[in-house]
Amino acid sequence: MEYLNIKPFKTRIYLDNAATTPIDPKVLKVMEPFLKNDFGNPGGMYSFGYEAREAIDHARRIISTHLNCNAGEIIFTGSGTESDNLAIIGTAKANQKYGKHIITTKIEHPAVLETCQALEKAGFDVTYLSVDKNGLIDLKELEKAIKPETILVSIMYANNEIGTIEPIAEAGKIIAKKRNKETGLPYFHTDACQAAGVLSLDVNALGVDMMTLNGSKIYGPKGVGALYLRKNTKIEPLIYGGHQEFGIRAGTENVAGIVGFATALDLAQKSMKTEVPRIKKLRDKLLSGIQKSIKKIIVNGHPTQRLPNNIHISIFDIEGEALVLYLDQMNICTGTGSACSSKMLEASHVLRAISLPHEIIHGSLRLTLGKNTTEKEIEYTVATLAKIVAHLRAMSPINLKYTR
Amino acid sequence: MKKLNKSPDVISFKGTPWLYSGIVKEHFLNPKNFVIKGKPTFKFNGVGMVGSPACGDMMKIWLLIDQKTDRIKKCGWQTFGCASAIASTSVLSVMLVEKGGMKVEKALEISQMDILKRLGGLPSRKIHCSVLGDKALKAAINDYFRNTKQGSRVVAEGSRMIDKVLKITDKDIEDAVLHGAKSFEEVVERTKAGKGDPSCLPLVEELAHFYISKYFPCENCAVKPNR
Repeated sequence: MEYLNIKPFKTRIYLDNAATTPIDPKVLKVMEPFLKNDFGNPGGMYSFGYEAREAIDHARRIISTHLNCNAGEIIFTGSGTESDNLAIIGTAKANQKYGKHIITTKIEHPAVLETCQALEKAGFDVTYLSVDKNGLIDLKELEKAIKPETILVSIMYANNEIGTIEPIAEAGKIIAKKRNKETGLPYFHTDACQAAGVLSLDVNALGVDMMTLNGSKIYGPKGVGALYLRKNTKIEPLIYGGHQEFGIRAGTENVAGIVGFATALDLAQKSMKTEVPRIKKLRDKLLSGIQKSIKKIIVNGHPTQRLPNNIHISIFDIEGEALVLYLDQMNICTGTGSACSSKMLEASHVLRAISLPHEIIHGSLRLTLGKNTTEKEIEYTVATLAKIVAHLRAMSPINLKYTR
Repeated sequence: MKKLNKSPDVISFKGTPWLYSGIVKEHFLNPKNFVIKGKPTFKFNGVGMVGSPACGDMMKIWLLIDQKTDRIKKCGWQTFGCASAIASTSVLSVMLVEKGGMKVEKALEISQMDILKRLGGLPSRKIHCSVLGDKALKAAINDYFRNTKQGSRVVAEGSRMIDKVLKITDKDIEDAVLHGAKSFEEVVERTKAGKGDPSCLPLVEELAHFYISKYFPCENCAVKPNR
């Protein structure tokens, strides 16, 4: 790569924080005892077991203060994906006698989309709400889509690819208006994995019955998630066994993970006021640097109603997988929605939903900042990205018309 | 250069490896013979271009062929595409000009498999990314034939033999998809590809997925239209 005339950055520049985050040392510290000496089974009938149980309940209480709910409404799971599955399939199994219609959006995480598709195969009817070019749902379309047979509406709080924040509280009001007083249906579920640490998680203000959260996006451990489940919401478990988590999710509790997750969420929600403006400023610096140094790019997602750490751009005339692999050689970790990078060889469903043409989707790049991102890293990234793009464009035989 | 895979891939229970070989990486990160900004630094007498931006792959090849010896003296290229597309064009350009230049007749026989072999293989799901190199080359050689008044030597472009026993080409697979086959299984059912030569089935699967996502991106995608 001599002709590029750049040296890799001395340390890793991690700009894929929407994928997962590093673990906070404070989080690791509270987890450690439960991985070492305090290994007791929370189901044990001795004080050693009670202590583990108390640690889990304490975690539940911490999370409930941030969600403005009761501690008994928090179900711990193995991941955000599992929480989404539990909310959707659990609702479907428990309420199919009332109806078999589900509403979601075209831009959900695969954990929601593929779960809904599995239910379609099992005879359920699913409406996929479309989004505008900024990735926002249309609340009128939502209102029209709700039928007497609708048992669930699942809308993500913030999109993981383009960072657009959906109007959850407004959607919650519309759903409440249409709700069947007797059955309480349809339930309203939101996947808030990308929103934690950035937005309020007050389930009452949002009007949601279920909310998915996970640890690995908020500087907590991987392999642990939670589902907020409003009192009197009826769902069936997906995993059967020893009646843990109020009989909704069996399996010996991941005590260290749960304790770490609660600590991470606590730190994330408490630092929101200072961290959000800080990261936003850094993000804006990165974006304006890119816009100044690279021509023919478009910014995807909502211009203002978006996650403060997210940049999603499409760079004309080059392909995203090649770009990401070059950036990796320079020690910069990023993501793309290009078909060539996906296991299914399909271009990102989110970018198709916002009506980006295929040739432009191929050149997409996601940069998501984290709390360890520094000014120096941003400066290096701008300079390096510009050089790599220039190189790939010089090698490219196409020159797409730029229309924005 | 940073080395990525020091140990061999873990092959999943479905048998699909993922990482790129060292040769692919070398040609991707240090591509040979590429043309900057669409202007080769050498005189050329054949140009070929295939692919489309919407499909995510596009390739252009420039050739200088010595008419006396019928050998390829220079080869330049441009590629829009992912790592494997860039690497396969780069390695093809090296194959063409090394050892005094390849004879035109031999160059016309280069298949995707030859390029793959030289690259040390590709992850199976990336194989379709290397299908354009030999096609662009063929187009460039035909252009040379036309430019040098050797019209009788122009060869038919396009199809590539997949199932050698049943003589099923990639065109047949493309046609099957265009006529409604929506999955690998349906493609096999329609074309009988693999019945003669089962070893071609992974390639058939690749091509089926490639053409399905090319022509029917929405049917094949996660999002279905509202009802």
